[in-house]
Amino acid sequence: MHYRLLSFLSLLITVLSAPAYAQSGHLTLTGSSTVAPLVTEIAKRFEKTHSGTRIDVQTGGSARGINDARSGLSDIGMVSRALKASENDLTAYTIAMDGIGIILHKENGIKKLTNDQIIHIYIGQINNWKNLGGRDLPITVVNKAEGRSTLELFLKYFSLKNSQIKPSVIIGDNQQGIKTVSGNIGAIGYVSIGTAEYEIKSGASIKLLPIMDIEATTENVKNGTFPLSRPLNLVAKNTSSLLLNKFIQYAQSQEVYDLVEAQFFVPVEH
Amino acid sequence: MTSRMFDAMILSSSLFVSIIFVWITGDVLLKGLVHLSWDFLISAPENSGRSGGIGPILVSTAALLFIALSVAIPLGLATAIWLSEFAKDNERFATITSLTLDVLAGIPSIVYGLFGNAFFCVFLGLGFSILSGGLTLAFMILPVFIRTCEAGLSAVNTHWRQGGHALGITRISTVWHILLPAASPAIIAGLILSIGRATAETAALIFTSGYVDRMPGSVMDSGRALSVHIYDLSMNVTGGDQAAYTSALTLICIIIVLNISAQIIMNRWLHRRIVK
Amino acid sequence: MILSKHSSLSLSNTDNMANMFLGMFAAISSVLLLLVLSFLVYETWPIIADGRFFEFLNGSKWYPLEGQFGMLPMILSSIAVMVGAIALAGPLGIASAVFLRFYARGSVERFYRLILYVLAGIPSVVFGLWGLTELVPLITKLHPPGTSLLAATLVLALMILPTVAITSTAALKSIPENILSGAKALGLSRQGQILHIAIPAAKTGIYSGLLLSMARALGETMAVVMVAGNVVQYPTGLFQPIRTLTANIALEMAYAMDGHRAGLFAAGLILTLLVLILSILASKASKGRFV
Repeated sequence: MHYRLLSFLSLLITVLSAPAYAQSGHLTLTGSSTVAPLVTEIAKRFEKTHSGTRIDVQTGGSARGINDARSGLSDIGMVSRALKASENDLTAYTIAMDGIGIILHKENGIKKLTNDQIIHIYIGQINNWKNLGGRDLPITVVNKAEGRSTLELFLKYFSLKNSQIKPSVIIGDNQQGIKTVSGNIGAIGYVSIGTAEYEIKSGASIKLLPIMDIEATTENVKNGTFPLSRPLNLVAKNTSSLLLNKFIQYAQSQEVYDLVEAQFFVPVEH
Repeated sequence: MTSRMFDAMILSSSLFVSIIFVWITGDVLLKGLVHLSWDFLISAPENSGRSGGIGPILVSTAALLFIALSVAIPLGLATAIWLSEFAKDNERFATITSLTLDVLAGIPSIVYGLFGNAFFCVFLGLGFSILSGGLTLAFMILPVFIRTCEAGLSAVNTHWRQGGHALGITRISTVWHILLPAASPAIIAGLILSIGRATAETAALIFTSGYVDRMPGSVMDSGRALSVHIYDLSMNVTGGDQAAYTSALTLICIIIVLNISAQIIMNRWLHRRIVK
Repeated sequence: MILSKHSSLSLSNTDNMANMFLGMFAAISSVLLLLVLSFLVYETWPIIADGRFFEFLNGSKWYPLEGQFGMLPMILSSIAVMVGAIALAGPLGIASAVFLRFYARGSVERFYRLILYVLAGIPSVVFGLWGLTELVPLITKLHPPGTSLLAATLVLALMILPTVAITSTAALKSIPENILSGAKALGLSRQGQILHIAIPAAKTGIYSGLLLSMARALGETMAVVMVAGNVVQYPTGLFQPIRTLTANIALEMAYAMDGHRAGLFAAGLILTLLVLILSILASKASKGRFV
């Protein structure tokens, strides 16, 4: 009995001693797990240079970013794609670009694929690398889960419907894609170019393929020649708050370009 | 089946489990040990966790666990005692309650996360906070804890209860002085499973205690749990593998320490009861 | 301090109070489920109101953004993985419990128990990482793509094994010593004592542990997402990738809006119903109505 009482008391004390949740100079951001690590770092630097402010960054996906920004649960949403027409009640502020590249296992002999070949692989009409001049090895098609913005981008670029694709593996996050392809010689997948470049440099068994003869490099994403890329956005409904504007401006400024690059994304000039 | 074959089967099964254990923990140890240092344990994460340490995350994890256990243990023990010792007077309600618990134990943790988010964070207005996360965890481990305690209590020999009756002791006294100590192995097992589930939980915490990796000032602050940190580093942050393995190694060490101390504390507590 | 009462057959005042007090706690636990359930139903409501819930259970194609919400392959995959995992972890776990209770002594016992406890606390992400980087490449060599029903079953079996072992050990430990010493006095071999006396006596505890483990196998998410391959199809072969209901929720919830979101909550509701069916079967089984 004492034990029970004690634990409830201690719980009560901790709760009561908590400072009020709402502070002045407090922003909450929720949304895309791709954007969240970058914004966390931006927020830390912002807090240091603007004393008395507090920026909480929560993850949970682009849909959450949109929903929470709409409902007012968060001040700013993070979304890893361009806004759709049905979402024009929100304003988007692009803080970085991210390119999507096709990756194969390093030991796969194939050097490049045409767009038609990629389509045929993904819809299951080509299912062995020997049909493309490679070795006799079944192709493992790695696709992304429904709703992910990289999937939407991929489908749109290759004019496919998700129901046409015959996947062997479906993945969630970027790193899972890299780990899956690097563990399977016959695999093909698509991931964020910046992260793939980093993984290749640190010895992962993957390689990036060019698309339409354009090399998949962050350089080509930056200069706009690489065809598959997406914006990483902050979205807000109510833009009247001073702190909110200050933070968005800061997230788009040159002062954070090094942070954008440290997360393997491409800064956007404004 | 000969007796020797039976022995061999039991021994080889246990050996097999041990080998798998060494494989998994060895994997984590090999990849995580290089990075592990005192500095790593106390400093704050930098560059999305790729460098720096896990200090604030350890504090948040401890706070989450404390809240979850201080709610779940009293509530759980009380329910388990009622179910196994008093519920005969009210059988229908008891059947419903145990079925309820089984179902609760089987609801996937991500659903608890979404529920916790809707109920604690939004409806009760607690926001993304360690308190929301701890309460969600408490809800999540409660059924497992109750079921194991209850199983332990009902396995206690009926003679002991009858002995209590014969001595004219109240039922609650019988429970407190005789049955609980007798069921202590099951209670400890339940506690350890619960601690394990709570420290290992990811999905339920992302939506409730959140993602903020700064040092929490109070339980109303959002705080990132160690398992969430590991998930983020391994699945979401490029180049985070090294830190992920080091964090996983830390988590395994914490679990070992927690398990040993939980056993000691529970043993002492229950032992004293029966002696007094 | 030991409280005594006048009649040993009826409840004393203290006991009545305790009964009410403890019953209240039990009621809180039940209310909790109602809360969680009503939350699930509330979120799934758009689809139930449409009358499309049955279509969910029946259809075999899951393309929520194209309006196709079939969940039958995922339901069957969830069940297949659970059955496979418990078929492996059940015997191994009970054998581990027998080892702890009847074979291991002293430091071997303490060490083996620690192994089980640590396994119980390793986060599913770590199991998933291990599965993805160690186990899946091995399976890929046998038969690509590697991420498969087999991988998911093996990883899940490992994850629920400690639950089976720990609960069974506790159940075996709660058997009164005199029953066992009686068996020994009758000249029963160790094997006989274990198979014919100890395990039957600990039946209830072992059953409830197995049930907990099966529920955990159904509900496990992160590790399965990492090793199962997540392709929505019927579980027809060990080397085929499959997607479980939980993996479906975890993969898509963060990106789902409107009808898609409601569809995922429906997956949660179906999981809950599966566990309910499982619980009813198990409670019948433990009362000896079948088995």
